[in-house]
Amino acid sequence: MATIKIPPVLRASVGGEKEVEASGENVGDVLRDLAESHPATQSQLFSAEGELNRYVNVYLNDEDVRVLDGLDTAVGVGDTLVILPAMAGG
Amino acid sequence: MTVSSAELLRQIKSRIDEIDPSEVKELIGEGVAIVDVRGSEEFATGHLPGAKSIPRGHLESRIESAVADRDTQVILYCASGQRSAYAARTLTEDMGYEHVRSMTGGITLWKDRGYEVEVPRALSAEQRDRYSRHLLIPEIGAEGQQKLLDAKVLLLGAGGLGSPTALYLAAAGVGTLGIVDDDEVDLSNLQRQVIHNTQRVGTLKVDSAEESIQALNPDVKVVKYPVRIDASNIMEIIDGYDVIVDGVDNFPTRYLLNDATVRLQIPVVSASILGFDGQLSVFKPYDGPCYRCLFREPPPAELAPSCGANGVLGVLPGTMGLLQATEVVKLILGIGDPAIGRLLLYDALGATLTEVKVHRDPECPICSRAPDEIRDDELGVFPDYEAFCAAAG
Repeated sequence: MATIKIPPVLRASVGGEKEVEASGENVGDVLRDLAESHPATQSQLFSAEGELNRYVNVYLNDEDVRVLDGLDTAVGVGDTLVILPAMAGG
Repeated sequence: MTVSSAELLRQIKSRIDEIDPSEVKELIGEGVAIVDVRGSEEFATGHLPGAKSIPRGHLESRIESAVADRDTQVILYCASGQRSAYAARTLTEDMGYEHVRSMTGGITLWKDRGYEVEVPRALSAEQRDRYSRHLLIPEIGAEGQQKLLDAKVLLLGAGGLGSPTALYLAAAGVGTLGIVDDDEVDLSNLQRQVIHNTQRVGTLKVDSAEESIQALNPDVKVVKYPVRIDASNIMEIIDGYDVIVDGVDNFPTRYLLNDATVRLQIPVVSASILGFDGQLSVFKPYDGPCYRCLFREPPPAELAPSCGANGVLGVLPGTMGLLQATEVVKLILGIGDPAIGRLLLYDALGATLTEVKVHRDPECPICSRAPDEIRDDELGVFPDYEAFCAAAG
């Protein structure tokens, strides 16, 4: 199981939680598991083609998965995924 | 055993290396640390170009913040070469600096030879008092305070983030504060926008901010821009500023600002807030990633609750705005590790501050190119933003 940190804009889609648990071997599996448990996150995370949306940044612990292996990046037990869309409030 | 001061000096000089002013003159600007060990009053009357002031009484406690590396070539001088001889012995024998020399004849001989002397602009008695807590910090001192007084910082927005940032930068003595905001003070702003007040509801925010800043510190020159920043005016407004503080409340302006500042190579201290969460990063063009490297595209309307009014904890912009002010001061002074290539995430409810890494994107549409290749018609451009903001209402 990995922990996923949910940004404020997605919390309504996961019942108001700041963190949820999801399982999977790699980043893509974990996020798809999240979308299965919380279907409202599906279209916010993934495009119709199943790719991670460009405006969503995902970090494994503190590293951007784009500089790792993207959705194929292996996720270990105890790892934390951070989902981070841009915010513009000032 | 008693030793006369003349004998002691002779002994000390036999144990240290000395250097003639003519040789020092050739080494200025060549990566050599030149340290003036006279008192700060003497330093203020004139010093060698580029010299740092560390009065001999503070030598042991301050030398490491001025010269971190023991391998650095260090040249010490005083008025005549005596105090610097003692100081050279201390650095070499007690502290392990390997290449320390004392300048023979001190600044007296330097001046007799007709070499250049730099006279620092002196702070007024009132300024020495006002900024005394800065002057006491070795990393700032009179030299750093002068840098702050010479600095020009532009604040985009005199709102939640801009209010605390402007107040603290003004208090710190940042000499010029530009403020861009076309809004008027509204009662609903006062829950967090502490630079304004109840009496000023209905007045322009730039006027209200100026009044508060002048009351706090008359040293600060306020330049007001009561306009909405857009592609037609941004280059003119931001040109000439040393640092820009991004506290704007919408994506189009954030992207526009990014593109324009990359082109002009001006660092941006950026923060954003929503609810109980804040983000902060420093975008220093070509030294680190830019805003587009971090967020290539703005999110769609349902994930970008920035087009309309949103709730925010009143204290939160204070926290994030002061983190911004801290980064601005560090950039001006050239100290510490600014949050370049890092995005700080503050969660007020959890009382946690975490960070993630931000990398330069080799395919970044803006900062992967040279500044002069970024065209006017590309600034702030991305697909369909107006449409989705309209859809979001």
